[in-house]
Amino acid sequence: MPQFDPSSFASQLFWLIVTFTALFMIVWRFAIPRIGDVMDQRQKMVDDDLERAAQFKAEAESAIATYEKALAEARAQARAVLKESEASLQETQEARQREVSARLAEEIKNGEARIAKARDEALDSLADIAADTAAAAAEKVAGIRPAPDETRKAVAATLEKRAN
Amino acid sequence: MANPIHQFEITPIIPIHIGDLDLSFTNSALFMTVAVALSFAFFWVATRRVAVIPGRLQSIAELLYSFIANMIRDNAGKDGMKYFPFVLTLFLYVALGNMLGLLPYSFTFTSHILVTAALALVIFVGVTILGFARHGMGYFRMFFPEGAPLLTAPMLIPIEIISYLSRPFSLSVRLFANMTVGHIMLKVLAGFIISLGVFGIVPFAAVVGVTMLEIMIALIQAYVFTILTCIYLHDALHMH
Repeated sequence: MPQFDPSSFASQLFWLIVTFTALFMIVWRFAIPRIGDVMDQRQKMVDDDLERAAQFKAEAESAIATYEKALAEARAQARAVLKESEASLQETQEARQREVSARLAEEIKNGEARIAKARDEALDSLADIAADTAAAAAEKVAGIRPAPDETRKAVAATLEKRAN
Repeated sequence: MANPIHQFEITPIIPIHIGDLDLSFTNSALFMTVAVALSFAFFWVATRRVAVIPGRLQSIAELLYSFIANMIRDNAGKDGMKYFPFVLTLFLYVALGNMLGLLPYSFTFTSHILVTAALALVIFVGVTILGFARHGMGYFRMFFPEGAPLLTAPMLIPIEIISYLSRPFSLSVRLFANMTVGHIMLKVLAGFIISLGVFGIVPFAAVVGVTMLEIMIALIQAYVFTILTCIYLHDALHMH
């Protein structure tokens, strides 16, 4: 086999060293720096973009936090205003109610007094009417004409007896 | 039928004699030069206009770059990246030598034991020097696995020494034998095509199949050669 013929060994070894060294220099000094640089550059770009994205995300989150805080504050304020207005509303309402009920009580008192007066008057005139009626009835039934004082006395006595 | 061994013959193209030394530029040297020129042309075209968004050729170059870079990182560790240029060169050299040899009328320089042995020896000697430089006399611990019972030392140490010393042989013979046998097989099968006449279609189909197999073997052997280098590097850098 030609593989085991030592006459070609020196030439093979020499050209192996020459070509391998040449390829090594090409790879080391030319290929790796050029490919490695662009790959590093791309990696850096991707990393930068990711970093920027993370920064934007943090900003958005802080904005959301601020917004939520403002929202909570506004809610609390609205609740306070509502409570305050409710209280003042109730106060005025109570005042008015008090006023109205006072007036009503007064009117009721006046009314009751008027009613009592009217009833007294009615009762008074009732006795007169009863006396007149009794006088008229006595004239028609018995043909006697009692004195007005007497009939009035009799009615009063009867009313008193009834009331008891 | 043509002699299947003939394809391995080394013939001078430009005779160069220095004293008693025959350093002629041969067909072997020609294909070594072609491999280097092809690599250079590829890298030159691929990185002529490097862009962050790569073109087709740049993508291939980056793929090759990260393939070897990952191989070193996975097998030799991060500090193995110092030897990245050498490992990439080794892979390119062996892979191109194997692949160029598959072209008709070409010459496979990796089918010569001298070439594979020289590469394997450089790796073996380099890795051994690296190991001793890094660990001093502690590198001898390579020959006795940690945690093994002391009683097994008389048996384990010779085995470990033999296995360590056989590395360059297995590395070189594996590549040389794979390339040589594959090419002999192709040649023998191809020889039958003409002599069988019409029935030559059968060996022809076989040659097509074996050629595809050989393409695969060419790449796998380059890969094995490179990955073993990474593993030896790992041993030298981190011991076991």
